[in-house]
Amino acid sequence: MTTLRLFGGFVQGSLRIVLRGGKLYWTWVLLLLALIVSGAIAWSGQFRDGLIATNMRDQVSWAFYIGNFTFLVGVAAAAVMLVIPAYVYNWKPIKEVVILGELLAISSIAMCGLFVTVDVGHPERLWHLIPGFGRLNLPDSMLAWDVLVVNTYFVLNFVIVTYLLFSLYRGNHPNKKIFLPLVLLSIPAAVAIHTVTAFLYNGMPARPFWNASILAPRFLASAFCSGPAVLLALMQLLRKLTRFEISDEAIWKVAELMAYAMAVNLLLLGAEVFKEVYSNTEHMIHMRYMFVGIGGHTAIVPYMWIAVGASIAAFFLFLVPKTRRNPWTLNLGCFLIWLGVYIEKGMGLVIPGLTPDTLGEIYEYFPSRTEIQVSAGVFAVGFLLFTLMVKVATPIMLGEFKNAAAK
Amino acid sequence: MTGCSDSCGPDHAGGCAVGDPALAELQSSGLDRREFVCIVAGCAAVLAGGCSDLTHTQYVRDRFRELTDDEQKEIVARIEKEQTARLGKELKVGVEKARPGVEFGYALDLSRCIGCRRCVYACVKENNQSRDPQIHWIRVLEMEKEKGIDFAHANPYYDAEQVPRPGHFYLPVACQQCENPSCVKSCPVGATWKEPDGIVVIDYDWCIGCRCCVSACPYGARHFNWAEPNVPTEEVNPDTHYLGNRPRMKGVVEKCTFCIQRVRNGKYPACVEVCPVGARKFGDLRDPNSEVRYVLEHKRVFVLKTELNTQPKFFYFFGL
Repeated sequence: MTTLRLFGGFVQGSLRIVLRGGKLYWTWVLLLLALIVSGAIAWSGQFRDGLIATNMRDQVSWAFYIGNFTFLVGVAAAAVMLVIPAYVYNWKPIKEVVILGELLAISSIAMCGLFVTVDVGHPERLWHLIPGFGRLNLPDSMLAWDVLVVNTYFVLNFVIVTYLLFSLYRGNHPNKKIFLPLVLLSIPAAVAIHTVTAFLYNGMPARPFWNASILAPRFLASAFCSGPAVLLALMQLLRKLTRFEISDEAIWKVAELMAYAMAVNLLLLGAEVFKEVYSNTEHMIHMRYMFVGIGGHTAIVPYMWIAVGASIAAFFLFLVPKTRRNPWTLNLGCFLIWLGVYIEKGMGLVIPGLTPDTLGEIYEYFPSRTEIQVSAGVFAVGFLLFTLMVKVATPIMLGEFKNAAAK
Repeated sequence: MTGCSDSCGPDHAGGCAVGDPALAELQSSGLDRREFVCIVAGCAAVLAGGCSDLTHTQYVRDRFRELTDDEQKEIVARIEKEQTARLGKELKVGVEKARPGVEFGYALDLSRCIGCRRCVYACVKENNQSRDPQIHWIRVLEMEKEKGIDFAHANPYYDAEQVPRPGHFYLPVACQQCENPSCVKSCPVGATWKEPDGIVVIDYDWCIGCRCCVSACPYGARHFNWAEPNVPTEEVNPDTHYLGNRPRMKGVVEKCTFCIQRVRNGKYPACVEVCPVGARKFGDLRDPNSEVRYVLEHKRVFVLKTELNTQPKFFYFFGL
């Protein structure tokens, strides 16, 4: 009972913290709220008129929303990269930032859920996916598996973070017997969410661009670049804005790991390009559309070259110790990695996979205003969630927000 | 199935938004699963503001194939009533089941097809496809004789007034009614399945509109209702089947069903009847005297994208 009462105090205290903040905090929150409102308006229009409000059509029936979903699954999965050294090898400098990684995972998964919701034709029927109420088509459907693992991952991270923060608030040491098994379970779960998301595409023989066995490993490699890139930027920001102490050592270590991940990512990309270009079968058409365009259809080409260029440049920036320790080049590297992977694992995965379509038609897609507005709203929800959670987590981790009776 | 209609129709939707205490009370008073889902869905609809033109039948339903015959009849009666009221003309929704021992197959003679697209428009009319935005279940591809069957160089937008163009041949593609359908496998909610007579169907009231099947289909046979489908009332075909050409709603996927409303009543599909050159053959693959069996036995047939092992029941051949 006391635990319950304590938890009530914890929630109340958290709410108070969230409602207190400086000018910068409120400007940021209000900006996000404005974006959320604008997204909600655009989405209600889309709900009323149908997905005709997007630029998706039968030929390209998944696009910006699902591209963002895929990218964000990667960001969420990457939290594991920090969990492994922190908990398993007990590497101290990184341990403080693990919670950040997990909060990032929670926010990313929330955005993933929203991106799927805005993408489907009948969001009000999503309960059809709930086993018992509806019917989750297991084991056949890869999307069904994805729903399962992504939700499991969300719950896992949510429980871990809440438990750790609440323990600190109570002034207790978190009980290893409780959280360690959960943390260990979250590692395969992180691998699973990205692998299964890759399988969602991979399992479609109709789309040779996706039906390559290298796809899931490529997803993992690029996730281990993009997730930490987002995290590195956030860590530096938090170091400036809060009294959160994050050592340079932790940041450099993450940057070093990213360099290795990027090396694997580029190797896998190279392997795929070689296979397509050298064998030059009819499947080559998708890669041709991606990198050179087909008969004047070149909308996507510049983006793909930007992605490749950004990824290679970032690899060298993070490989050389001097440039990864210089804050300026470090942040440039983060931005380039984010840019490269956002293009490659978002639109660069979905669009060439669907173009030309199965009967050879080329429909050039570009997101509509509605799609951009709705997506901005979804990102704003994720950022807001993350902001609020960090706002609460920081004083707890600094020992400033704790139960009065705590030791 | 009637439990919901009284407690949570759109008229009473406001009553659903009372909040948690009311819900909890209802639950404790022995609410069954469907009623509960109905209320939750009803509230969601109110929140989404789209309740006015949606009826509860679109929200609360089990998958059609899991309903008993009586439940199916009840739903069909309600849909008939709703649609008749909406259209101002009598609409019949059939639920004819597959006849035992029947498996439908199709054969198309590419040397006869002239690419006139009459099949496309007959199909649109018969199956109540949306006119605007335009949905065509059949896509006729103009191909170059020199290249053979080569999708990368196919043209679906040729001018049908000019056909047949010299040096070209025409390849109509619709649902191939695969024995091993990747679309069915991909559906996360089991809203699409293969019937015992081989026809792949969709339950429009269960489809969530995720479009996995659209991506999974190797033949571009699945079409999404990007907007509310629009069919002029005077052109609506009132003879429909629940799993086929009954009026659809926006946000769901639809496809060719071999004219399930016709073939289960012993008729030919509309495209077979309309074809001016007799290129289209249809029948029961298990009946040794059927036209499709004649083609299989006397011509050399092939299927599209053999390497994918989808095993279509739609065969092509060059008869001349």
